[in-house]
Amino acid sequence: MRKSLIALTLCLTAAGLAATAQAELTGTLQKIKDSGAITVGHRESSVPFSYLDATQKPVGYAMDLCAKVVAAVKNELKMPNLQVKYQAVTSQNRIPLMQNGTIDLECGSTTNSLARQQQVGFSVAYFITSVRMGVRKDSGIKDIGDLNGKPVVTTTGTTSDGLIKQNEKGKAINVKNLYGKDHADSFLMVESGRAAAFVMDDILIAGLIANAKNPGDFAIVGPSLRDEPYGVMVRKDDAPFKALVDKTLIGLMKSGEAEKLYTQWFLNPIPPRGVNLNFPMSPALKAAFATPTDKGVE
Amino acid sequence: MNYHWDWLFFFQEADDGLMYYQWVLSGLGWTVAVSLTSLAIALLLGSAFGVLRTTPNRWLIAIGDTYVDVFRNIPLIVQLFLWFFVLPELVPRDIGLWMKQDLPYFVTAVIGLGLFTGARIAEQVKAGINSLSRGQRFAGLALGFTEWQTYRYVRLPMAYRIVLPALTSEAMNVYKNSAVTYSVGILELYFQYKQIIEKTSQVLEITIVITLAYFVVAFATNRLFAWIEQRSRVPGMIAGGQGGK
Repeated sequence: MRKSLIALTLCLTAAGLAATAQAELTGTLQKIKDSGAITVGHRESSVPFSYLDATQKPVGYAMDLCAKVVAAVKNELKMPNLQVKYQAVTSQNRIPLMQNGTIDLECGSTTNSLARQQQVGFSVAYFITSVRMGVRKDSGIKDIGDLNGKPVVTTTGTTSDGLIKQNEKGKAINVKNLYGKDHADSFLMVESGRAAAFVMDDILIAGLIANAKNPGDFAIVGPSLRDEPYGVMVRKDDAPFKALVDKTLIGLMKSGEAEKLYTQWFLNPIPPRGVNLNFPMSPALKAAFATPTDKGVE
Repeated sequence: MNYHWDWLFFFQEADDGLMYYQWVLSGLGWTVAVSLTSLAIALLLGSAFGVLRTTPNRWLIAIGDTYVDVFRNIPLIVQLFLWFFVLPELVPRDIGLWMKQDLPYFVTAVIGLGLFTGARIAEQVKAGINSLSRGQRFAGLALGFTEWQTYRYVRLPMAYRIVLPALTSEAMNVYKNSAVTYSVGILELYFQYKQIIEKTSQVLEITIVITLAYFVVAFATNRLFAWIEQRSRVPGMIAGGQGGK
């Protein structure tokens, strides 16, 4: 309740502010030029995309990519001293904060979906996540069929719960849906034996497993229930700014720099605790780097 | 602000075949169920422990004080996690497995919320009883009532009337606090709020609707208690607060 009230207050205040601001703005680039500052929205715990390190500084794979975008903006506007501000966002407020002009681009782990495209724009995909199952190795679960009659957890406010049934209508399995408050909670349900499997983006499960007490006890199994592209979020219908973001990201993918950044964040020890996610590039992501696309999922 | 307003999405079909407004109603149903059950538990526990703390027996007082101190000083969400995640690991393995796999989450949630709210009500019931003059108890005892009968027929009827405004606040708080039970897997209003945001991204419409829904249930409770207050007023006493004179 408290969260929803804060969000409401923010939105209403923002609506008032935006009404006055809109008249003179023709786009994000104009806004950045006028204000002399660009605000980057980041997440606080989306490892390894965008999160806070030991000194509370936002770091990660998406943050590195966005740093290149910011450099391109400085170049485009010929403003080498452009001020760069950082603003933490959550999955609940990132869209309203983008719409009301608080942030100019969001670099986190936001799925590019058609529903969201009603509200905001997305760059080409810089990561493809697959929704799969995180299980305890001793549970013997290998495939979706093994879940029949078992409790399966997903995280509140995510889109994974409907996937099992959608994907397996033919096999007619029936699971008991449980919901964790956040990803750590959901993982704890699997760890403590409340749930047989955690259905979630594989990269998030990999991050939780890497940080678990005994990473060897867990495995990511089963086929991909759905592939979801992550994109940099920008304002809707702002073609010049989106073009600049896309051009920068595509350039990084073509030059191999994006792959270098991938290796740095997904296949090497990362801050704050020096954990290695050991998460090699999926074929889907390799394809997305070869032919960049900003297509959203349903 | 280029917000894409779309109030009609409430009538779109979600991926489980229901429409989004039905998600809101189902969430509201769980919110009311959790709140009313917790409130019932809290009133029973709060009254019992509140009375214990006014008895002449110092062991009973200590039991009541301990309950109130423990449950009032730990945040609600931590209490729920203690019942949900920690307790099943402390009890024997078979009981723990039963708690994790068979015990409905609803039970964990209402016990957690009930114990939390009960501690607050115990404090109010104690304050209500202590605000009465000692003469009321003595009068009761002089008429041949037992200690328990002085509570049942003399002191509690007045004490409840005195603390009714505070109980009203508590009853309204239960609805708002019940939002925390989404963290132990209850599919109540706040849970549906988060789900609907994620699926539709229509943040403003759903925020407005959920805010109104909480307001309506809390305000209805307020009116109900105001009505009880009116009906239970003792003629010649202003709000019962004069009882001590």
